[in-house]
Amino acid sequence: MKRRIQTILQNLIAWIFSAIIVIPIIIIALNSFKNVKESNSMSFHLPSIWEFTNYLEVIKRGNLLVGFRNSFSYALLSTLLLLVVTLPCAFVLQRRGAKRLYRILYYVLIIGIALPLNNIALMKVMVGLHLMNTRVGIYLLYAAIGLPLSVFIAHGFMSGIPRELDEAAVIDGCSAGNLFLKVILPLLKPVASTLFILNFLNTWNDFTMAIYFLNGSDKMPVTLSVYNFFGQFQKSWNLVCADIMLTALPVLIVYLFAQKYIIQGLTSGAVKG
Amino acid sequence: MKRSKIYPGYFILPALLLIALLYLLPALLGTAYSFTDWNRYSNELHFVGWKNYIKVFSGGEKYIGYIKNTVFFTVLSAVLKLGLGLALAILFTSSRIRLCNLHRTIAFAPQVFSVLIIGITFKAMLHPSTGFINALLRSCGLSFLAHDWLGSIDTAFGSIIAVDVWRGAGYAMVIFIAGIQNIPLIYYESASIDGAGFWAKLLHITIPSLIPTLTVNLVLSITYGLRVFDIVYVLTNGGPGNATDVINTATFMNFSKGNYAMGTTLSSILACATVIIALFIVRFMGKKEDNQ
Repeated sequence: MKRRIQTILQNLIAWIFSAIIVIPIIIIALNSFKNVKESNSMSFHLPSIWEFTNYLEVIKRGNLLVGFRNSFSYALLSTLLLLVVTLPCAFVLQRRGAKRLYRILYYVLIIGIALPLNNIALMKVMVGLHLMNTRVGIYLLYAAIGLPLSVFIAHGFMSGIPRELDEAAVIDGCSAGNLFLKVILPLLKPVASTLFILNFLNTWNDFTMAIYFLNGSDKMPVTLSVYNFFGQFQKSWNLVCADIMLTALPVLIVYLFAQKYIIQGLTSGAVKG
Repeated sequence: MKRSKIYPGYFILPALLLIALLYLLPALLGTAYSFTDWNRYSNELHFVGWKNYIKVFSGGEKYIGYIKNTVFFTVLSAVLKLGLGLALAILFTSSRIRLCNLHRTIAFAPQVFSVLIIGITFKAMLHPSTGFINALLRSCGLSFLAHDWLGSIDTAFGSIIAVDVWRGAGYAMVIFIAGIQNIPLIYYESASIDGAGFWAKLLHITIPSLIPTLTVNLVLSITYGLRVFDIVYVLTNGGPGNATDVINTATFMNFSKGNYAMGTTLSSILACATVIIALFIVRFMGKKEDNQ
């Protein structure tokens, strides 16, 4: 009997925790369908009239499509660039890790996991390189931000790929380039997809770099367009909520379908470490 | 065949170049600039020695406030996230809980959203007149508890930390779960035979086995806490007054005002502190692990 009550109690606690996470999301969802007046009192009440036009209005007024396109291009291209740069680098660092120079280089590359960026001095560097407020600058910047953790994760993964493989390939007459491209790279698919998801999501969600290094609405990522929309329409909670829903929904759908990979991506560095 | 031929050094170059130019150069340059009076309004640069640092450490309440707030945020959010994360991990690995996977999915979900989106969501939830929290309190007859959560000095910081814990506890949980699943079941079985109860197992098996996982979680949440920016920026932007300003929001404020030298001084202090603390934790906890 005592055990049964304990079990029920534990399940109850679990549901309370889950409810605390879910309730804000439900309220935002409900509010996004209300009219301005009703949305001024946030509650669980269903909207009296479902205003689906809120969404159309947000898309039109919030510059959301431009934001989506920009964020998608920033996230995709910087992540691809990051993978191209990270994987060969981690491979060589791991294989030559016995040498002191390469161990030092490894630490230089991953120190960014702890070291915060100095954004103001970075601005100076970006201006000097003519990268300030350019798309190319943003691609390079996001690739650099993701690099330390990605090198760390990829390095950990490489140590699981036997060296004998390299030697066999080389004896068969494989060149260094081919060894990496044809033998090693196909084996890196799991870690590559983990890194892809991790960095894509981080770039998609980022907001800090945009407020430091971008201006002009044509380059705005979706996070910044939401922030500006919120500034303009603070009094219309229904529209703000619709805006939140529109930007959160793609991420939520991807999360529900690719949950395993996302959790792996966001924790693999940690768990291995 | 020679190592250098199979594993050519130039494979590292692009990555090294990116890090050198966009990470290390700014860090060095920023430290150098912190000894000048660099600002947006003048093209001349003067060496001022330790003046900016002296201003931070003896410049009165404002600057010390940034540091105090950052430390307060870091410690409190880390303790709460780790405590809650561990509790959730134990709860959601228990065989008695139904739909464990569903609960885990829900608990981790906030982590995938942009901090900005979460910030605006909670700005809506915590709004003094239209927000859900106050509406809930009023409808329960607790209207004396209704409050301007983000707008008054005594609750603003607590509210920010609560939102951050709401977001981050699930991440700590997932890492703890991975750690718990690595503990061999046989430990628990033999402990049960010896008559150990839940708390004995927790204290003598689970927690000691989780020390490496705990280290990872601690490093993650402390380095995150020290460099926290967006959640504070979105929820209060440092207000009311400077009550919730942390180092990184102060850096951004100095950046937008054009006080580049002061901004980069704060950044350099933060960078130094973060690296030292991270190294310290890794060393200290690493040793403990060896002794086990």
